[in-house]
This record gives sequence, structure tokens and C-alpha cells, in this order.
Amino acid sequence: MNSLMDITMNDIIQLVYLIAAIAFMLGIKYLSSPSTARKGNLFASVGMLLAIVATLFNENIISYELIVVGLITGSLIGVVLAKKVQMTAMPQMVAIFNGFGGSASALIASAEFVNLSNTPDKFPILMISLSVLIGFVTFSGSIIAFLKLQELISGRAIIYPFQKTITAICFISIIALSSYLIFSTTSTIAFIIVISLCLLLGILLVVPIGGADMPVVVSLLNSYSGLAAAVTGFLLNNLLLVISGSLVGAAGLILTTIMTKAMNRSLVNVIFGNFGATDSSDSGPDDTDKIVRSTSFEEVAILLAYADRVIFVPGYGLAVAQAQHQVRELADLLESKGVDIRYAIHPVAGRMPGHMNVLLAEANIPYDKLYDLDDINDSFDNTDVSVVIGANDVINPAARDTPSSPLYGMPILNVDKSRSVVVLKRSMSPGFAGVDNDLFYMDNTMMFFRDAKDGLNEIISEVKDNLL
Amino acid sequence: MNEIELIFILYVFVLAIFVGFELITKVPPTLHTPLMSGANAISGITIIGALIVSGQTNNDATLSLFGITINIATILGLFALIFATINVVGGFTVTDRMLQMFKKGNNR
Repeated sequence: MNSLMDITMNDIIQLVYLIAAIAFMLGIKYLSSPSTARKGNLFASVGMLLAIVATLFNENIISYELIVVGLITGSLIGVVLAKKVQMTAMPQMVAIFNGFGGSASALIASAEFVNLSNTPDKFPILMISLSVLIGFVTFSGSIIAFLKLQELISGRAIIYPFQKTITAICFISIIALSSYLIFSTTSTIAFIIVISLCLLLGILLVVPIGGADMPVVVSLLNSYSGLAAAVTGFLLNNLLLVISGSLVGAAGLILTTIMTKAMNRSLVNVIFGNFGATDSSDSGPDDTDKIVRSTSFEEVAILLAYADRVIFVPGYGLAVAQAQHQVRELADLLESKGVDIRYAIHPVAGRMPGHMNVLLAEANIPYDKLYDLDDINDSFDNTDVSVVIGANDVINPAARDTPSSPLYGMPILNVDKSRSVVVLKRSMSPGFAGVDNDLFYMDNTMMFFRDAKDGLNEIISEVKDNLL
Repeated sequence: MNEIELIFILYVFVLAIFVGFELITKVPPTLHTPLMSGANAISGITIIGALIVSGQTNNDATLSLFGITINIATILGLFALIFATINVVGGFTVTDRMLQMFKKGNNR
């Protein structure tokens, strides 16, 4: 035992790690308000830099060549990705970053496996197995989520025969082989098979999940990337990894809970429920006795220009059409005519938590005009016009009123309570849940069948030309 | 690692999760995307593990490829380091890019 006066380099490194841990916590604390959030991110990044610099003085580091190569390569790729990505593509960007973080933890655990090959100790092998499981599942799962969000593969839930059985067999095999590694012999072949199975498991888990459930998947993968880091912290006996990993694990878990609550579904149902597997064209609306009122840009422009209170309700269709700047332009025009404009954001609108908020912020719409579900739902009663842009299931009154509906119980935005509703949408096709939307047939609803960007542009020029 | 150390780390783990829950429940929904990408960048802390692994020269397990001797653990460490660096640098940069867009009303 060293005396307190006998400070080693390792002690200094540990103290710097403590500062980094505090910086991360402050960083998240400052995220509690948009006005301090940027400072928080700066705090956290400085904490990270301190931790990296301190680690370079670790006594076990002998050669720096590979470290320089790795840091430069990673930084270049990271900066280019972060600067080039469009705001509409943020969900897939976060998904792929989760994957990188998870795989980094798993690769470290794999390297430790190589180093520890002949250890009689069971605990490190247990931690290695856990880190490999969580990290590589995060990696391959994130890649599938990325491919789906980028629409490089179908965004729909992909179902194949014996899907759950195959997934279960894969998982059980991983547990069995890992136990063999822990309690019997540290066979390299078995370890490589475990890695392959973990990569396969990530794919099997995410492939059957549909696009609109991605907010849950991305949140969950976020949580896993943190847990993988925490487990690697147990393995390396490193408290900073444990603390940071648990913070991120908690963040992902909270977001996952918020998302599943906003869908009124359990996590198990999201992962294994195969929601959105039905082809939307097969279950088209049964419109035999229901009347839809279709409208034109002229009519919408007049309606908006003479309204007192308007609420915009954005959904994934807004992101697809990249129409956030058009929304802002229209809102500016209307506000100059004295119309009160607000925005209602459903927690699961878009493809990740807060997706719509980022898009509208990009278009310079002030964040204090964006309202959460609970904060705005009572305001629809005295709203003249609600403009729904590319949202569907989150405004379906059946979720509130029809117990037989698959959506029943999901909290929705009560747009149907406003005096008039304009739905800007390309066609009558149902939303992700494959359920027909009663809102479209209501007397106070007008359907404006257009691409979000084109439709808004038409309304904007009509307001500019004839209504100012 | 002995049991005392393990119990100690377990304490830290559990308490950090509690702190995480307290801090994160106060983040407003409007910042949920930057929270994810920022938290994601923090999970890149695994970079310090990657630094140690890729800086070690352990000659126990090597692989000869085209006449060059490669240390498997070091190569795994290098990939871990590249991935973790992408995660850290990309994550903080993209979070900052998003956060600078969030503005309050009346000062456009």
C-alpha cells in the first residue's frame, strides 16, 4: 500500500478520470435546457479529451504508432460524417454511431480474450462474453437499422418462417458456447463462433422490426452501446468506463420507455410483435360508404390566412419530403398576418426521439413554439386550423375512441377537436400500423393530396400573391 | 480482480445508473435527439480501453501474413480505436451542429 505522499502516475490518471466523469454528468445536466445544452456538450467533449490525454500516460502503453494512426483515421471519418449528414438523416447517423461504439467495446473484449487466453480466472471470461454479446449485437443491429432508415433495404418489418425459433436458437447457442468458454476451456474457435453468432443475433433481432418502430430500436441500441462500455469497464477494472457506460445505458433505457409508452406497447411487443409487416396496399381503406373531402391549395391558403390560431402537426412525411424550411416560410407569412402559430410534436413522430424538433430547429423555428403532446392537447379545442404534414397514426382518433382498433390506447394528438383539419398527404394509404384513419372522413377534415414540399410551396405562393 | 474490488465497482455501477436516471429525466423532449447523440459520444469513452489495448505490445499471439508478423490483440485494438474515435469525434461534432440550431423565439 502506497502512502498518501507517494503519488504515482496511475493515481493522477485516475483523478483526471474523475474530472472526466464529472464533466460528463454536468454535460447531461446542462442538456436540461436548450439555452445551456451547447455548453453541456462542450463540457462533455472536454472531459473526453482529458480522459484520452491522461490515458496516453498509461504505463502499459509502449508504442504510439498505431494509436496515432487510429486517432487520425477515426477523427477524419467522424468529422466528415458529422459535417456532411443532413438533419433528415440524423436517425441513421445516430444508429451507425451506436454501432461503432458497441463494436469498439466488443473488439476490446476480444483483444482481452486473446491476451488472457490461458487464464484460470472465470470472471474476466464472463465479462468478455457479456461485452462481446452486447457490443456485437449493437453493431450488427445498428447496421440493419441504418440500412432500413437509409432505405437501402425495405423499411417494413421483414418476416420469414420460424423467425422467433431461429432467433431463440441463436441466443441459446451463444449462452451455451459462452458457458463452455467460461467453465471449460478458452477455445479460440468457440470464441470466433460466439462472435459470429452475436453478429447474427443483432441482424435477426432488428430485421423483423418495421420503420416506424425505429425510435424504440435506436433508443435501445443507444442503451446497449452504453452497457457494452460499462461491462468493458468491469473487465478492465476501469471506473470511468463503468460510470459513463451506466449514464448512457440509463439514457437509452429512459428514452426506450418514453417511446414504448407513447406507442402504448410493451418493449417485447415492439421487438417481437412484427408490427407493420402487412403490405399497406393490401389492407387499403374500405371507402365504400365514407366520404373524403379533397381540397386545393387555394382553399387551404384562404383558410390559413384568415385563421387566428393554427397548429402544425409534423410527421415522418415532413422529413421524407425535406419540407421543414417550407413550413417555416409559411409560418412566417402567416405570423406577419397576425396568425398565432404553434407546433404539436408527438413523441414517436419521425424515426427517433426528438427527430421533428431537430428538423424544425434546422429551419430556424424557435423551440419555445414546439409543444409536447401533454402540453398542447387541450389547445386543439380553440384552434381554427390544424395542419397535419405527413403524420398519420399519431392523430388517428380510433386510438382514443375505438377499443377494437389495434392502435387503441396509444396517446394521440387531438387534432380532430380543432375547427378544421387540413391533412397534407400524398395518398389515402394508411400509416405504419396499417389502420385506416377515421380522421380523414370527418366533416371538419380536408385532404390535400400532395407531396409535403410541393403542397406547402403552392400554399406559400398563393398566400404571397393574393392574401397579403 | 478480487471480490472487494468487484463489489466496489458494482456499487459505482448501480449509483451511476441512479445519477443517470435523475439527470436524464430532466432533459426536455425537444432535446431528445441531441441527448441520444451526445450520450452516444460519451459511450465512446471505451476509446480509453482501445488506447491501452492498441498501445500494448504483447507477443503472445501473433499471426504471420505475407511475411509481416501481426499481433492479433493489437490489430483488434486498432479497429476498436478507429471505431471509438469515429464515435467520439463524430458524436460530439454532430451534437454541437444540432444544438447550435436550437433558438428561442423573437431573436431570429
